[in-house]
Amino acid sequence: MPDPTTSPVLEVSDLQVSVGDHLVAVHDVSFSIGRGESVGLVGESGSGKTLTCRAALGLLPKTGEVDHGRIVLGGTELTGATRRTWNDVRGTRLGAVFQDSASYLNPSLTVGHQLAEQLRVKRGLSRTDAHRRAVELFAEVGLHDPEGVFHQYPHELSGGMQQRVLIAIAVSCEPELLIADEATTALDVVIQAEILDLLDRLRESHGLSLLLVTHDLAVVAETCERILVMYAGEIVESGTTEEVLARPRHPYTQALMGVATIGTWERRALEIIPGQPPSVGEDMPGCRFAPRCRFATEVCTSGPVALADLGEGRAARCARIDDLEGAPA
Amino acid sequence: MTTTQERPDVDDGPEARVAPLLRVTDLSVSYVPPKKGTSLGTGAALTEASLEVRPGEIVGIVGETGSGKTTLARATVGLVRPVAGRIEFAGQDMGALRGRALREFRRSGQVQLVFQDPLRSLDPDLTVAALVREPLDIAGTLSRAERHERVVESLRLVGLDPDAMLDRRPRQLSGGQRQRVSLARAISTRPQLLFCDEPVSALDVSNRNLVLSLLDRLRRDLGLAVVIIAHDLRSLAGIADRVAVFYRSRVVEQGPIQAVLERPAHPYTGLLTASAPSVTHVDRLRPDQLRPDPEARSWPAHGVCVFAARCRFAHDACTDQPAPVRLADDREAACHVAGEWRALITDSKEAS
Ligand SMILES: Nc1ncnc2c1ncn2[C@@H]1O[C@H](COP(=O)(O)OP(=O)(O)O)[C@@H](O)[C@H]1O
Ligand code: SF4
Ligand code: SF4
Ligand SMILES: [Mg+2]
Repeated sequence: MPDPTTSPVLEVSDLQVSVGDHLVAVHDVSFSIGRGESVGLVGESGSGKTLTCRAALGLLPKTGEVDHGRIVLGGTELTGATRRTWNDVRGTRLGAVFQDSASYLNPSLTVGHQLAEQLRVKRGLSRTDAHRRAVELFAEVGLHDPEGVFHQYPHELSGGMQQRVLIAIAVSCEPELLIADEATTALDVVIQAEILDLLDRLRESHGLSLLLVTHDLAVVAETCERILVMYAGEIVESGTTEEVLARPRHPYTQALMGVATIGTWERRALEIIPGQPPSVGEDMPGCRFAPRCRFATEVCTSGPVALADLGEGRAARCARIDDLEGAPA
Repeated sequence: MTTTQERPDVDDGPEARVAPLLRVTDLSVSYVPPKKGTSLGTGAALTEASLEVRPGEIVGIVGETGSGKTTLARATVGLVRPVAGRIEFAGQDMGALRGRALREFRRSGQVQLVFQDPLRSLDPDLTVAALVREPLDIAGTLSRAERHERVVESLRLVGLDPDAMLDRRPRQLSGGQRQRVSLARAISTRPQLLFCDEPVSALDVSNRNLVLSLLDRLRRDLGLAVVIIAHDLRSLAGIADRVAVFYRSRVVEQGPIQAVLERPAHPYTGLLTASAPSVTHVDRLRPDQLRPDPEARSWPAHGVCVFAARCRFAHDACTDQPAPVRLADDREAACHVAGEWRALITDSKEAS
């Protein structure tokens, strides 16, 4: 057994996921998440974020499959695990919350019943204990009148409240890792900020690790210690949030910063990233960002570009990383 | 790799003296008829809302879902009849329009509404050409050839290649293209005012800025006034001239965007700006400094200031709903302690 206090909670290595007719959507993705760490996975929609975390949850859609790669959860090898193993792991060691919270709740059962049931089945609590614990958890995720909420049906709750219920269900079995995929995207900003604060608090009180998946760089900036930037199925940059945002090294990260930064509300010309990402499975010999990159030269497209270690926990996938050092973003 | 688009007229914001194109005064709308003996009360979708939109300006409306933003747009095009208040469009009292006159006004397409992903609700078998032409067919003022020409021109105005697009169907379009086609459809009648309801909520940042830049260009090229409805403040950054903040059917604050969002006068606006995530570390209030103390007195949902239950600064006077008051820099806010609440903020996080 590896030492659980130092080994990462999740280790994904060389993960390749393809969808449909063998179209590669996630290319050799590797990352790890430490105990209690919060990591943000950011990228435009369609960049492969959701497939990556669905693979890590053993929840790929029917049309998707893991071609190769390893997934290790706190020392447990999940690569090629059976459906049964995945079912055991999910809800006990891995929790997940998604954007469309409503569709993960049974509309015909009270939310309290759904949480208590989970506690009974997965944690073996008695009916009375499960009820008591459910009310406690509802209070902990910031639901007012938790006893009242216990007896309500999903449709009686607002989107923000449903998301809190889902979070309560996800953390009810004390998972090691919580994966939140665009969990606050559909919520209004005030509620979004409350939910992000909540995730932060839970991380502390439950010793959770967090993988926050979002297209919104600003959300990650406020919540995560480390960032993984994904583009067209590849991780193109990683590092501590502070470092990456202060000095983005990959031209794509720089572009994302440009479109995401507000600074002032004054009228101005808005920045855009010209062009569109390549389509899924598009075969590109070199850098996948090249068609949209203003620094692209022949060296970028002549062959594969590796994710280079830049030291201090940073990495970037750019053939011109050294030339561009200090170039204006 | 980010391109900065030319913006020659950044400084020529619309003059305050220009007569408003749309003037909404004390407008109240209710989808449920008020109970006898009560005033608007609980069923109100919009309560005593006032708003002006001048030609060639972009006004942002922000507020949570259900706060009345869409209702304002629907009332303006006559899709719902107000309980009280007045709507004037280009000097014409809309309340005086009935029956045929109202139908004619709507058909003319002078005010157009664009909903979030509107193509989804339209016939999937119609081609782009037919979709963009439809409002013109309804208006019935142009000849067949003129209509076709207008369709082609409208597609060009939104940056689409007519030859490639005319025969496509909605499912053959990307998210960004669909948004453009629906804009082309909305501008085909050459409206004076465009209401865009959550135009960019479903798009990521890069496409968001593309669509917003496009709206800004249409404003300039066609002299359009544009109202952008959003639940996310950031989709108004850099694009709106003025902003109106809605909360539970009321306009709680409005004014020039920079003044309102950089120095909010209403506690709800303060909470909104403090909650908006940002990549830059700006010196600003934190949401926890603005959330009410959990031990604080609880407020009823109705009959008091609409924001009282979520307001950290609620006090005795707040049992009365404040009316909007004019403040410096051409703005107004509906709060008994508009702007003054800042002095009451303590650094609670550090203290606890
Ligand atoms: N067609 C309708 N029938 C009944 N109630 C409605 C209807 N449309 C909106 N409402 C209600 O009116 C209020 C304002 O809604 P709306 O204008 O759609 O808000 P927003 O656009 O700000 O989300 C909400 O309470 C909403 O539930
Ligand atoms: S490898 Fe070349 S094209 Fe790719 S991001 Fe770097 S400079 Fe741009
Ligand atoms: S009037 Fe009172 S309750 Fe309402 S926003 Fe102002 S301080 Fe808060
Ligand atoms: Mg709406």
